[in-house]
Order: sequence, then C-alpha cells, then structure tokens
Amino acid sequence: MASLILGIESTAHTFGASIASNEGRILSDAKRIYIPAKGHGIHPREAAQHHSSIADAVIRDAFRDAKVAARKLDGVAIALGPGLGPTLRIGATLARAIASRLRIPLIPVHHAIGHIEIGALTTGSRDPLVVLLSGGHTTIAAFANRRWRIYGETEDITLGNLLDMFARAAGLASPGGPEIERLAAASCNFIELPYTVKGNDVSYSGLLTAAMKLLRSGRPVEDLCYSLQEVSFSMLAEAVERSLAHTEKGEILLVGGVASNSVLRKKLEIVAGEHSASFRAVDPKFAGDCGAQISWTGTLAFGCQLFIEIEQSQVKPRWRLDEVDVPWR
Amino acid sequence: MKTRLPKSYRVDRLDSSIRIVRASREAHILHDSKRAGVPTPTVYQMDMATCTIIMEYLEGPRLKEALPKMDHSDLKRTCVLVGSLIGRLHSTGIVHGDLTTSNMILRGDAKLFFIDFGLSDYSNEVEAKGVDLLLMSRAFKSTHFALHHRAFGAIIDGYRQITGREEAEFVLKKMLEIEMRGRYSERTQTSLVPDF
Repeated sequence: MASLILGIESTAHTFGASIASNEGRILSDAKRIYIPAKGHGIHPREAAQHHSSIADAVIRDAFRDAKVAARKLDGVAIALGPGLGPTLRIGATLARAIASRLRIPLIPVHHAIGHIEIGALTTGSRDPLVVLLSGGHTTIAAFANRRWRIYGETEDITLGNLLDMFARAAGLASPGGPEIERLAAASCNFIELPYTVKGNDVSYSGLLTAAMKLLRSGRPVEDLCYSLQEVSFSMLAEAVERSLAHTEKGEILLVGGVASNSVLRKKLEIVAGEHSASFRAVDPKFAGDCGAQISWTGTLAFGCQLFIEIEQSQVKPRWRLDEVDVPWR
Repeated sequence: MKTRLPKSYRVDRLDSSIRIVRASREAHILHDSKRAGVPTPTVYQMDMATCTIIMEYLEGPRLKEALPKMDHSDLKRTCVLVGSLIGRLHSTGIVHGDLTTSNMILRGDAKLFFIDFGLSDYSNEVEAKGVDLLLMSRAFKSTHFALHHRAFGAIIDGYRQITGREEAEFVLKKMLEIEMRGRYSERTQTSLVPDF
C-alpha cells in the first residue's frame, strides 16, 4: 500500500503544503507567497505573519486538491532549514501539531535536498552534478557515500540575492529574476562588469557593487540587466564546467527558483553538450520553493524511517547540505 | 599544447578578454612558479592570437587518481609535499587560484607538478592565499572525503614548514573567516543553540 506524506515548506517567502505518495506522485501542491513592498527585501517577521495568516487555508487546499483525508496520512514532513528562523517556526509548529494530533511520525527534511529530489523525480535524473540555485543557495554538488558533497559554491551572496538586490535597486517588481530576464531580452549592448571565478567557486558581491554603481550613474537598465545576466551566468557556467570536468559526471541537473531562467539554461546546456553530458532542469512548476519538494523528499525519508521526536525538532536556520546523511540514495 | 577555445556560453567581448588575460597569466606564472621551486610544465612557445600555449607534456596520473591508491606513509609524504609547494608559491607572491587534485600531476619519476594556472595571480594578500587553501580543503572534503582530515593536516604541516608558523596561522585564520562568510556555515551555532 502506498504511503502518503504531507509536506510543509516555510523556509522563506513561500508557505507551501503538499501531499505526495511514495510511488512518486505529487497529489497536491498548494502555496502562497509573501511579496514584500516594492523596493524592499523579505522582512522575516512580516513574512512569518503572512505565513501564519494563510497557513490554515493552504494546508486545507493541499488536502482538498489531493482528495485525501487527514486520517489517511502516514507522516508529516517539515523543512527544518536552512532558512529564516521566524518563518521556519511557523511551518514547524504546524507540522508538530498535525503529527502529534494524528499520532504519525514527524519527518525532518533539508530544504535543499528537497529541491534536488523534486528535480530528480521530475527529470528522471539519477547521478547528476547538481546545480542548485535558490534564494539561499548557489551550490554545485554531487552525491558520494551517503552525502551530497559540495564542489563549488558562492563565497558571498547567492545568484538569487544578486538578481533580487539589483532588481530592487532598479525599482523592478518582485520577484526580480523574471523582470531582469524580460528587460535583458531588449538589449545586446554589453557593459563590462567584474567577472570573479575562484576555482569552482564564484563571488558575486563585487559584481553587485559595480552594477549598482552603474545603475546610479544612469546607464540604461536594459543594458545593465543584459550584462548582469551575461556575466553572472557565465561565471556560474564556468564553475559548473570545472566541477563537471573534475567529477566526470554524465548529467547536469539544474534545480531551484533561478532554474526557470531561459538564458541560464541555455548556457548550462552548452556546457553539458561540450562535455557529452545530458542537461536536465526541474519542471518549472516545482522550480521555486514549494510544498512538493518537502512532501516527496518526506516519502523517501519515510521509507528509511528517518523520523524525529517533537522535542528534538528545533528549526535549523543554518543547516548545511553536506551535513545531512541521505540513506535512500 | 593548450588552446583556450572560445566558450560559446560567453558573449564574445567577455570571452576574448578572459581568454587573453588567462593565457598570458598562465604562461608567465608557469615560468615564475618554476623559479619559486614549484615544478610546472616548461613553456616552449605561445601564440596570443589563438590563446595557445605550447608546453612540455607530462606523463603520469593526476593526483586525484593517485591518492586513493597510496598507503598511509605515501599519502602523508605527498600531502606534506603539496603543502610545501603551495607554501613556496605563496611565499613568492603567487596564488594558484584553482587548487584541486585534478590540477596536480604525479610524473613517472614521482615528481609532483602543478598545472592549470589560468586562474592564478600575483598577490601577497592574505585573502587570496586564504581562498587558495580553502579551495584545496574543499577539494579534499568533496573528492577525498575519507582522507580529508589526515590529508589536509599534512598539507598544512608542509605549508608551515615553508612559510613559518606565524604566517601559516595567519592564512589559516583567514581561510576560516572566508568559509564563514559563505552561507549556512556557522555549524557550532546550529548545534549549540536550541531554537524553538
């Protein structure tokens, strides 16, 4: 008989709830996204207030869309980190309450592993070099001996941060990534910006500072969007290329919210092609933060009986990907 | 022969400036590293128009393949050697910029060569040296995870022998600081502070 897991995601601006079966079916994926005021970033406390005001409705939607009754659930998976403490606590509190009320296990899930597993599920990828690009991660990883090993990452801000912060400064609507992509498409006038690759690592803070300075000096925003994308994506593509050469993996799997950017996909596709590797990207439906990444990973952890006692289930805002044992791979 | 081919994922202007800078830097630093006492392939000729360097061919496995086959004492000796070579580079004001076990070749006569100086630079800044060590540490953590502690410890021993204790501590401290700058890296905090 199939096991059914409810997954709850609340690491940052998205509150998501989803039900998945261990046969690989996502039965529902409900979510609501906190949108900060124009020109502002996420305010953790306001995001938490947003989540607590809509959490109940989102969880109800997840049950309704899946046509599953609460008593049929086998476990509750919760993203315990990494992320913002205040928003993590909203999801964790609800997950603990549901698990204890239904007397079913609570399953801790690492948010980034959720991104990877939903990517693997929707693409059929088996042993990839993972490129994880979300708000909190710019990470290149591959699996070996029970853990995701990190081959490259950002040494300061993430690619998501870079795009968001630039979009905010330029007064673009949130989320900034798609807006930047739209404006960039209107230009092919390349402006030089700092390009910083260190081994398999990238560093984006100098690029952000330079782009902001040019923005204030009145350079056309389309040209800056175009150049910012070109430089930041090329840096990442190079770091990925180096990691691919070093790990000799045969697949690239792109996951996380920034995965939906088509300019970036194109660049990584070229890198994969030149190394005779295949290129896959997560289904755009599940690219951004969502409950499905947690419910599906929850079914995998459930199969290995990876449960956590409620007393032990404190949130982990700085939980590192390479600290998590993954027994199902 | 090493030709930096155009990367079609980069726009032309960006790509050509990167290739030219790297090819010329690699040729210069390959040469200067040798003078610092770090074995590198000898550069015979270079052609800036095509970003091509013609250099000595080295026969032997990459350290990445050789390390796992070594016994304890060979491993230790090799890692101390790696550390001392990094120390020699740094003491001469060179940072490699891409220290991985794929970029070191163990030639048939057991002589260890550093290759791939495309990301290298002339720098005496502790930040750049710290990044170099961080990249080395990461390479062991990801590719040779079972050996990481032993191997990296030996590398630091070798490094210290060249730079002296004080300088080595200084660079190591910077390395940890750079690591902390990254995301989600305050391990101790998460494990010590219960957060409900």
